[in-house]
Amino acid sequence: MPAQDRNPTNRPGPKEGLTGTRLGRSVLPYAMLSPAVIVTLAIVFLPMLQTAWMSLHDYVLFRPNDFTFVGLDNFIAALQDEVFWISLKHTVIWIGVTIPAQLLLGLVTALLLNQNFPWRPVARALIIIPWALPSVVIALMWVWIYDSNYGVMNDFMLRLGLIEQAMPWLANPKTALGAIILTLTWQGFPFFAVMILAGLQSIPRSYYEAASIDGASTWRQFWHITLPGISGVLVTSVLLRTIWVANSFDVIFVMTGGGPGYSTYTLPLYAFVKARTNLDFGYGSALAVLFTILLMGVVMVYLRRTGKAVQ
Amino acid sequence: MALRKLPLGRRLLTVDLPMALILVFTLGPYLWMFITSVTDESKLFTEGPSIIGATIDNYTRLFRTVGFGDNLLDSLIVSCGTVIVGLSLSITAAYSFSRFSFRGKKILMLQFLLINMFPLVLLILPLFVLMRVLGLLDTHLALIIANSTVAIPFSIWMMVSYMNGIPKSLDEAAMTDGCTRLGALRRVVLPLCGPGIVATGIYIFITSWNEYLYALTLGGRNVRTITVAVQTLIGEYEVQWGLMTAGGIVGAMPATVLFLLVQKRLISGLTQGAVKG
Repeated sequence: MPAQDRNPTNRPGPKEGLTGTRLGRSVLPYAMLSPAVIVTLAIVFLPMLQTAWMSLHDYVLFRPNDFTFVGLDNFIAALQDEVFWISLKHTVIWIGVTIPAQLLLGLVTALLLNQNFPWRPVARALIIIPWALPSVVIALMWVWIYDSNYGVMNDFMLRLGLIEQAMPWLANPKTALGAIILTLTWQGFPFFAVMILAGLQSIPRSYYEAASIDGASTWRQFWHITLPGISGVLVTSVLLRTIWVANSFDVIFVMTGGGPGYSTYTLPLYAFVKARTNLDFGYGSALAVLFTILLMGVVMVYLRRTGKAVQ
Repeated sequence: MALRKLPLGRRLLTVDLPMALILVFTLGPYLWMFITSVTDESKLFTEGPSIIGATIDNYTRLFRTVGFGDNLLDSLIVSCGTVIVGLSLSITAAYSFSRFSFRGKKILMLQFLLINMFPLVLLILPLFVLMRVLGLLDTHLALIIANSTVAIPFSIWMMVSYMNGIPKSLDEAAMTDGCTRLGALRRVVLPLCGPGIVATGIYIFITSWNEYLYALTLGGRNVRTITVAVQTLIGEYEVQWGLMTAGGIVGAMPATVLFLLVQKRLISGLTQGAVKG
């Protein structure tokens, strides 16, 4: 949440000029808001409603005149669709592994960046680069890294003796999802690092001084001061990041397109591919709606749980 | 544990070394892409990428044969358009949120927060249908509208947090001196949150520049942004990794440079809400 109600009451200023009439005062806030509200209604909320509406219809784009109401048929079809369950399983793995991995790496990075060392500003500036790169470029460079013939990943692993022979990382159904998760972890952990660092810097140093006078070990200090101090930031950034990762199927789309087979299909990707290649907008919309409901459900549970934990 | 002085040897081992490793992991892929892009195509598969005998051959080929210049222009138009739409709509809205209390304020604020929470896939299908009906497919306008769905709520969020940092008494002083509300906004508040506006604008620019799925779905033929062009390279020039990595470097360059320029201000704006809220 942005700091919204820092100034909860607003007494009118000494003089309101031309807009100083009572009516002007009460209308002005709405007048200033209306362009943004109207535009977002038109380009965000109406289209979302339209998705819900399309999901209740049999709607294939190359048959534009055929828009028959089918009720919940699309949803029932989805629940009986094997690919839906495969995608759902991958979605759970994808988000469930990527977020903790990003969080852990981000936490370590933030703790390191909070130490005193001479090149700290440089490290801090450079660490965020992955976050600013276009996801297509990220996908491109990792496809090159994973390349089965000339990729540096194979080279690296062979030299370390971790694998016996070159692996086609993205073409192998067993490793493709893992390879993508590594890429997404790389892309997203700087965000956690930056957010957590901001949280760390808001903890008063006197807490640590008091703790070390009382003889608390570094580990106990971390557990009893650092972790509670950054819990709010952790909760917020895990939430934001989950929503972002759920959105970022573009990296997967470019890297594998869901393949090989269905081994890197996730729900948003499945919905997108259904609509894009099969032009089946009815079914695609139903999948998108289902995914949104599931995501919102997770977010709700998460907020309820963490709300208690933080307090 | 924070900011404590460690003995040099121990510091090198517990701080500098792990940090350096993380940085290698962070920058390695990017540097690898860069080195590949300056390696001669003929040497790439025999000797592997190397910085020795660097050539810009891939880059010149990129602009001469693939026509990357047009793609850069398309991306530029779309990104600038989104910045203009996003900022112009959000400044007055943010001022309203920051300075007034009125009925429905909470709900309206919440609405702008919630928009960001919906998955993109929910929007992309109806926007395609909408643009098709309006005949806007494959135009810059379609992409600007699509990118605005993210840019408007985001910049309202950022601008509110910047404006809350400016004391209200300044507006009141200006109005005592005879300014109207809008006058106070234009003459006092806007100049003061200039840096915030620039940072927000640049962030919108970067996200629009990097955007791919809308660009692919709503554009692609006449209007082909840089991200779509890079992706097309992957399909068309399967084995020409020199050319493709050069495309990646060019595509990522504007966003990276802009980001490094404003990162400090941007991050303070982004983290403020999370740390204090």
